[in-house]
Amino acid sequence: MSAGLLSIEDLSVSFQTPEGVARAVDRVSFALDRGETLGIVGESGCGKSVTSLSILRLIPSPPGRIDSGRIGFEDRNLLELDAEALRRIRGRDISMIFQEPMTSLNPVLPIGRQVAEPLMIHFGLDHSQALGQAAEWLDRVKIPAARKRLEDYPHHLSGGMRQRVMIAMAMVCGPKLLIADEPTTALDVTIQAQILSLMVGLKQELGMSLLLITHNLGVVAQMAARVVVMYAGQVVEEAAVADLFDRPFHPYTQGLLRSMPHLGGHEKDRSVRLQEIPGIVPAITQIMPGCRFAERCPHAFALCREKGSDLFAIREGQRARCWLQEFPQRRRPDA
Amino acid sequence: MPDAALLQVTDLVKHFPLGGGVLAKPKAWVKAVAGVSFAVGRGESFGLVGESGCGKTTIGRLVLRLIEPTHGRIDFDGQNILTLGRKEFGRLRRRMQIIFQDPYSSLDPRMTVEQIVTEPLQIRPRPARAMRREAARALLEKVGLRTADLDKYPHEFSGGQRQRIGIARALCVRPELIVADEPVSALDVSIQAQVINLLQDLQQEFGLSYIFISHDLSVVTHLCRRVAVMYLGSIVELAPSAEFSRMPRHPYTEALLAAVPLPDPHRRAASFAMEGDVPSPIDPPAGCAFHPRCRHVLERCRVERPHLAPAAEEHLVACWLNEGKGLG
Repeated sequence: MSAGLLSIEDLSVSFQTPEGVARAVDRVSFALDRGETLGIVGESGCGKSVTSLSILRLIPSPPGRIDSGRIGFEDRNLLELDAEALRRIRGRDISMIFQEPMTSLNPVLPIGRQVAEPLMIHFGLDHSQALGQAAEWLDRVKIPAARKRLEDYPHHLSGGMRQRVMIAMAMVCGPKLLIADEPTTALDVTIQAQILSLMVGLKQELGMSLLLITHNLGVVAQMAARVVVMYAGQVVEEAAVADLFDRPFHPYTQGLLRSMPHLGGHEKDRSVRLQEIPGIVPAITQIMPGCRFAERCPHAFALCREKGSDLFAIREGQRARCWLQEFPQRRRPDA
Repeated sequence: MPDAALLQVTDLVKHFPLGGGVLAKPKAWVKAVAGVSFAVGRGESFGLVGESGCGKTTIGRLVLRLIEPTHGRIDFDGQNILTLGRKEFGRLRRRMQIIFQDPYSSLDPRMTVEQIVTEPLQIRPRPARAMRREAARALLEKVGLRTADLDKYPHEFSGGQRQRIGIARALCVRPELIVADEPVSALDVSIQAQVINLLQDLQQEFGLSYIFISHDLSVVTHLCRRVAVMYLGSIVELAPSAEFSRMPRHPYTEALLAAVPLPDPHRRAASFAMEGDVPSPIDPPAGCAFHPRCRHVLERCRVERPHLAPAAEEHLVACWLNEGKGLG
């Protein structure tokens, strides 16, 4: 990991809720190399967004609290920086785009001004210089007639165009790391394709790293080199993208992949059943001594309910949090 | 199929007024549905797929007369429902029900599960309370919820469980047709599979017909026997599900399929982007509505609108490229 850019070690984040303390992120570790695309996948409430927000310390506190861990970025621990040092990193070395471009853009500022702002703050450019570069960036993210759109407000634009503005804003300072949290979830599939292509192109051109948070396994398969799967606040599996799809180890990963419907899956006058994962995700306020997936797992045995497993190495670059690695004979061949 | 059709929609049009007021004339019209025809057989699952604003949800609402069409005809079991009076339609209306996308806003937070799922029984003649409770208990079992949940409120359930409550409510009056408008879009993948399987099981058990509305091609072609692809208020292609992965014929369907990110890292798309946004339905392009984004555009496409025509067995396409290639 000599070329490491970001390394998250043992990160734990909790929220104070009326139901008790919720451990949203529980001892999460992973690393990201320069120029690499890492996908974090998981379902609602698995902790993927909280993890990504913690990197720039954007967790609202209270009720949130980063309990422990280290977030290494280049040679610094982001969790130890003061507010000023952190401000210099946000939007310059690390920037972020979110799911809903309408709520992350300022509705009362023209888009040119919003894209130019990071340049004025981080590089001290004056207004007209910054606006000139903003126009170039809007052009690069393929906003038609960009120069004429500088004075447009977010409500003038479609959802896809707004996400392009968000990308321009995130890229304008040339960050080393872009964190994209469900960047295409609110978009139609053809617009999603345009945004993904744009992100791939810019990433290659600028050599930045991309941390892509998504629930969409298709997006991950198309974009990421490595994937981290999260469940109920924990990393349950990590692997190179090909291994994850070809040889998933964790029963949750396997279940996720099998529960996806496939294109044109309806056979002649007969519906094929999907393989479902029974049950629901446990509440993270619950204290669970054992594996958090045990009650939905077809292979679970006594140990799984008593004691959570470690992340075991499965093969080079692949880890899984599952006792089946130690007790392979417990894997039920029929499930 | 047409003789056995439970639902026949013919040349359906819906324009929504834009601007205007009580006395003022509307400034413009949103052409949400621009002349759509299709039939749904008994026990058939029929899919409507397309991007935001293509008119798929409007069609679902028109079929149930939640809104009135501007023009067109809807026959349910041989009766033109648009000419029926309030009372007559009321009787027919129990035979068709709807399930909504958002399991959070479509359930009244102040009603218990029992009240929600038996609300359709409140119309006269209203069964006795004990019978309603018995009915609610049976419905919950059917949709995979515990009967102990009868007196709980919606907020005590997860998204997937709420969608099950919505399904139970739709089943309450033993309908023949269910319009399911994006029923799994708000759900996580693992829960989505549970609800899709449930919908399939219920279809088999009760011989239901579905109009399944979704933006997700994989979900629609998994669940439905036939699928119609919509673009700017029109059906551009209508075919059996398997045809879509094998041989899509409309350039828009092709682009839509190419845009779906495949969950297979070994088959990465070289480029999956189709340029441009969907044009506004207020002022749709002349001729074929897709022509400004189409790779194969012909001169004729700019002026003349193509109509759905047979291209193969059970396969209809609205595209000039297919002209002359059909079955005649």
